[in-house]
Amino acid sequence: MRVIVWLVEGTWPACVDAARGYARGAGEVVLLHVDEPVADLAHGAFAGLLGRAGSEPDPERRLLELGGTSAAELLDAAAARLGRPCTRLERIGRAEREVVAAADGADLLVLARDGDRSRLGPHSLGKAVRFVVDHAPCPVLLVWPEAAPDLTTLPPPPPRP
Amino acid sequence: MIRPRGWPEAVLAVPAAGIVVTTGAISLDHARAEAEQLGPVVGFLAAVLVLAHFCDVEGLFRACGAWMARWSGGRPVRLLTAVFALASVITAVLSLDATVVLLTPVVFATAARSGVRAKPHVYACTHLSNTASLLLPVSNLTNLLAFAASGLGFTRFAALMVLPWLVAIGAEYLVFRRFFARDLSSSAPGSGEPGEPPPLPLFALVTVACTLAGFVLTSAVGIDPAWAACAGALVLAGRALVRRRASPLTVVKATAPAFLAFVLALGIVVRAVVDNGLAHALGQVLPGGTGLPALLGVAALAAVLANIVNNLPAVLVLLPLTAPAGPGAVLAVLLGVNIGPNLTYAGSLATLLWRRIVHQHDHGVDLGEFTRLGLLAVPAALCGAVVALWGALQVVGV
Repeated sequence: MRVIVWLVEGTWPACVDAARGYARGAGEVVLLHVDEPVADLAHGAFAGLLGRAGSEPDPERRLLELGGTSAAELLDAAAARLGRPCTRLERIGRAEREVVAAADGADLLVLARDGDRSRLGPHSLGKAVRFVVDHAPCPVLLVWPEAAPDLTTLPPPPPRP
Repeated sequence: MIRPRGWPEAVLAVPAAGIVVTTGAISLDHARAEAEQLGPVVGFLAAVLVLAHFCDVEGLFRACGAWMARWSGGRPVRLLTAVFALASVITAVLSLDATVVLLTPVVFATAARSGVRAKPHVYACTHLSNTASLLLPVSNLTNLLAFAASGLGFTRFAALMVLPWLVAIGAEYLVFRRFFARDLSSSAPGSGEPGEPPPLPLFALVTVACTLAGFVLTSAVGIDPAWAACAGALVLAGRALVRRRASPLTVVKATAPAFLAFVLALGIVVRAVVDNGLAHALGQVLPGGTGLPALLGVAALAAVLANIVNNLPAVLVLLPLTAPAGPGAVLAVLLGVNIGPNLTYAGSLATLLWRRIVHQHDHGVDLGEFTRLGLLAVPAALCGAVVALWGALQVVGV
């Protein structure tokens, strides 16, 4: 059994804990982190400064270096929390596309809700997780990063026709 | 992938300026007048660039990272507030280049180390490098150009722009809190230890404070405030030279000579274009007067032009047209050209088109997201800032 665990800053511990609990007998656990292309934001801001090319350093390179380091640190922390042998996978790009591609052929994908987590409902899924849940080519284990909201947050049932 | 980023734009602009002068597209008198007007601006700019560079050498930006990390304690909303405060002050005092080139990597590293998603914070740096560059003449090259053209003193410029500056930053903050609400809602323990706090860069802070006081003092007694910037830059560069943290060559490099040449050349090329019909064409659509509707119109036109061709040529085109209407109109142009570029990735369609043509896959940035944020933030910040400017003009006067 091959389990992919998608780790995002802020919510990753819940995914690791779920993988530890539910996929205990898994043959292979893959910890996946996708870097958002924020370095390109810095590059865009620098490109907007007309006339500076060659005179000042493009901040993009520095951000790429720092991004690689911080992703590695996050994966290290997650591996330590998992407490068993695992594979680490780092990707850069649109998170939802990279995760769906990485989940191809897997037996389980573990991920955390990324939306409004104050109430039960469809808004608890943000754009990226919604896309992955809709398009995942494998079974999905969707966890709450914190304790799930209680049932009182359910909307009232629609009126009977 | 090899990108032509190392090429200074001066390589293109300086020969272009030579061509417009030799072909007679601009008269020699006009070219000389333009160069004479831009000369002091370029000197001022060089001093501010040196000041920012040696603040970095003194460890000011490293210290900023430590302050933000400590104050936010891994809470994303607090980190965003800290980034807004520091990026606004650094942009205003040390210019937008300092925020883009020196502060952004520090902010990214701080977010990553705190276990916080970096995207809202990096976006904040890019937006504030534009929006927060309204306050002082030194905050943005566009301001330096307008400052020279407006005839305002340093202190009066700041007094008129402080309210628009605060309103624009406030509008951006509200938009950011809402737009990135989900990214800002979760935090996990950071993977790295905070480590020893770096020493306080007291010398750099005192020098910058004295330089700011120098701006006020020089403008009060009628001396060009560029001399105050020059003094501050010399003090920091001199200290770095004495302590062997810099060589004379790095000081010269910190003035960005190719950039300075580019600014002079661009000024002459734009003057040629303005002389050859653009002034007449734009004069038709530019609203006159300094009432609130006129200021809104001028700012909107400036923002649109900045998004088409980049804000530097936009301000060079619009300044001679608006200067006769008085400082109010000139400052409205600044609001447009400084806040406007947040609407388009890389600041303008011209830059984007150029990069698109040269490299199909130049960026992985989500252009839809970038533009949605810009469509919310730019009109809010721009309208608020123009109304604030109009109010300041009534209260402070010109």
